[in-house]
Amino acid sequence: MSAKHTFISDVLVVGAGLAGNRAAIAAAEAGLDVIILSLIPPRRSHSTAAQGGMQAALGNSALGKGDNPDVHFSDTVKGSDWGNDQEVARMFVETSPIAVRQLSSWGVPWNRIVAGKRKLPDGREVEDTKDKEGYITARDFGGTAKWRTCYTADGTGHTMVYAVDTVVCKMGITTHDRIEAISLIHDGVNCLGVVARDLRNGNIVTYLAKSTVIATGGSGRLYAASTNAVICNGAGGAICQATGIVPLGNMEAVQFHPTGMVPVWILMTEGARGDGGYLLDKNLYRFMPDYEPKKKELASRDVVSRRMTQHMRKGLGVDSKYGPHLWLDIRHLGRKWVWSNLREIANISMNFNGIDPATSLVPVRPTQHYTMGGVRTNKDGAVYGLKGLFALGEAACWDLHGFNRLGGNSVAETVVSGMIVGDAVAKYTLGATQNYNYKLIEDFVKIEEERIKNLISGKNGRENVYDIKKGVENAMMDHVGIFRTGPDLQQGVDKLRELYKRSLKIGLRSSGQGANPELADALRQTGLCRTALSICYGALMRTESRGSHSREDYPKRDDVNWLKRTLAYWKEGSDLPTLDYEPVVCKELPPGDRGYGESSAAGKSK
Amino acid sequence: MRQITFSIFRFNPNIPGDKPRMQEYKLEEQDGMSMFVALNLIRENLDPTLMFDFVCRAAICGSCAMMINGRPRLACKTLAKNMPSHITMMPLPVFKLIGDLCVDTGTWFRNLQIRTEAWVHTNKKFDPKALEEKMDNEIAEKIYEPDRCVECGCCVAACVTANIREDFLGATGINRVARFMLDPRDERSDADYFDVVGNEDGAFGCVGLMGCADLCPMEIPLQENLAFVRRKMAAAGLKLTFQGVKIS
Repeated sequence: MSAKHTFISDVLVVGAGLAGNRAAIAAAEAGLDVIILSLIPPRRSHSTAAQGGMQAALGNSALGKGDNPDVHFSDTVKGSDWGNDQEVARMFVETSPIAVRQLSSWGVPWNRIVAGKRKLPDGREVEDTKDKEGYITARDFGGTAKWRTCYTADGTGHTMVYAVDTVVCKMGITTHDRIEAISLIHDGVNCLGVVARDLRNGNIVTYLAKSTVIATGGSGRLYAASTNAVICNGAGGAICQATGIVPLGNMEAVQFHPTGMVPVWILMTEGARGDGGYLLDKNLYRFMPDYEPKKKELASRDVVSRRMTQHMRKGLGVDSKYGPHLWLDIRHLGRKWVWSNLREIANISMNFNGIDPATSLVPVRPTQHYTMGGVRTNKDGAVYGLKGLFALGEAACWDLHGFNRLGGNSVAETVVSGMIVGDAVAKYTLGATQNYNYKLIEDFVKIEEERIKNLISGKNGRENVYDIKKGVENAMMDHVGIFRTGPDLQQGVDKLRELYKRSLKIGLRSSGQGANPELADALRQTGLCRTALSICYGALMRTESRGSHSREDYPKRDDVNWLKRTLAYWKEGSDLPTLDYEPVVCKELPPGDRGYGESSAAGKSK
Repeated sequence: MRQITFSIFRFNPNIPGDKPRMQEYKLEEQDGMSMFVALNLIRENLDPTLMFDFVCRAAICGSCAMMINGRPRLACKTLAKNMPSHITMMPLPVFKLIGDLCVDTGTWFRNLQIRTEAWVHTNKKFDPKALEEKMDNEIAEKIYEPDRCVECGCCVAACVTANIREDFLGATGINRVARFMLDPRDERSDADYFDVVGNEDGAFGCVGLMGCADLCPMEIPLQENLAFVRRKMAAAGLKLTFQGVKIS
């Protein structure tokens, strides 16, 4: 380690995906000095992998007519299985149309309405009218009453990331890429910044700010099979939980996307089914209408993933050496549609499976996709437990999504919460000042230097970080999947607890010098074990089924006992999270029938 | 399955005394093995010091470009089954080396965006209460084409001019300018663009070998975009000359 650096700003944003960058813009617009940290060049963030689109109730397209924020609100609450915060959902649906239009002014080439009649794959004829031509169009997505998902082909996240980052460049906001925050600096009341590691050279760097914003994405990579980018491991949440006073909310709420491509688990957008694609079984039979006569392939993701699993359990999956799978069929959409509106997944399927989806079936299976839980915040994005600490996007449990997120609502949440939380950060920061004892900061730096020294010397043991990482990934696959049971989850907790204890004894096999990748993995692994335990233990204790959390031993949603949110704290010296709960308030829409899924009338017909 | 030998460039500039060298690793080929899988197997089982970059591993983020058997490619979508039993991996040229297979594309591309002012230039103020401005879907699709660039750096690595001249914008830079020229929301005139790209570091620096177009992993029509920008800049240059503006 060589030169030490300390950076001071008004606002420190950790993570330069859509959420982090958008919040940074809001803070900079308020005249604040902002530094953004990113593990990687910002445009490579996982936001860029969002394919199908962003939900906003514009009501422009033929089958979006009559849409408005109220309909979007009710879809979102039903999608969440009444697990979300309805105040947050209300702000979100009202702001999303503004966000989509602002992105348009920043350069996102949203696909537009083309007037004329066209026949949909299911035989319906629709007409887009001349007066709407040129406005932003939308496609169908799961769990929605209207066509509401605005898109640029199936590269929506990419165009959004690039447009938002152009504004970061234009405004001259400072971005430090290849920097990883490894701990929060705090005095038990206020968050003062982070200790970080420079991934170019391994140096320890200190960032101090009046407010710190966590926008580090989800924790999908805790699972061996996930659609997520390799950087989505939940480390940002883990450093918050490590304080002992900041809780992670609803970590047991994990989304499995119906169509991860076998065997590389890369996402095939929901837009493929939104545009009229089918799911077929080994007999090439379209099975979803039997389970979900109303919504068919376009029920919410938790429901479709369960139906697919149920169907494969009946022996109707296609056997492969990677286990059973089903087929995604978009051949009938035609070559032109597939290679224009779904061209990115067509490319992916060619690149990784040698399959042209315009002529062939694509093998798919439900795959870990999204983290509904995260660092628990209030509706301003202010994190529970520490002042001057905010979180947003997939890293946060702002709680827009409750127990199941609708497709198209996450990429929308990134920019919408970027606007709302970004403004709240600005407001807080304008009224705040920096006030700290420098000894405290030096002590936090020393703790990290000590950790690094011990990992290199093997003082605490010689456990191999990759063995533990693999162990966690497999335990999550085996015990915290789509269907869950008490005994299975208990086994998962036992395994993960063991892995957690072993993670405290990690020692490097290499020298740890410079930007050593083994050291980077070793520094995060204990925190990731805690996150995994928070998911598994939270799932064990939640004795009901709600949204994506499906307990076979407790198959019903239980609004009497479980209309509440899990808060997972990590107390020093403990080897399990301490769970607390807070009520979920249904301010507008009382718990009821989702209109699809196992418990609804539509679902019961079969 | 066959055994594959990987010859990988090794050099960590942050370790005093470290010297650039090639190091060999052997792996048993696996079904469907990509370079993403292979490099992670090497790091996890054979050599935890090996530095490389992956993010999406789905050929959409542009992180993992490197020289594989002499050509710039995205490692994540390079499959072992399409490669011989001896695979050489080197970091991309032109970009600053961070270590082993990692190069600093982030800084290079950030400078490019700032140099070309690659954002929508407009005097209109966004009105949150107004409807969006209309646009033809055809134009939106045209903008999406160059906008698909993932800034991986393959075209820069493949470019003779970029390898010789530090300030050359490269095909990615010219493509980025083309993207904004196509966008009616950007109010810049051709003369404004001329300042950015109408010179030897821009559209006129290209010597026409078109390695960029052959090796773009996104298959963006870089040649067409270059021709489009050149035509516009040649016309703008003539116009400026007629107006008596001195062009260096």
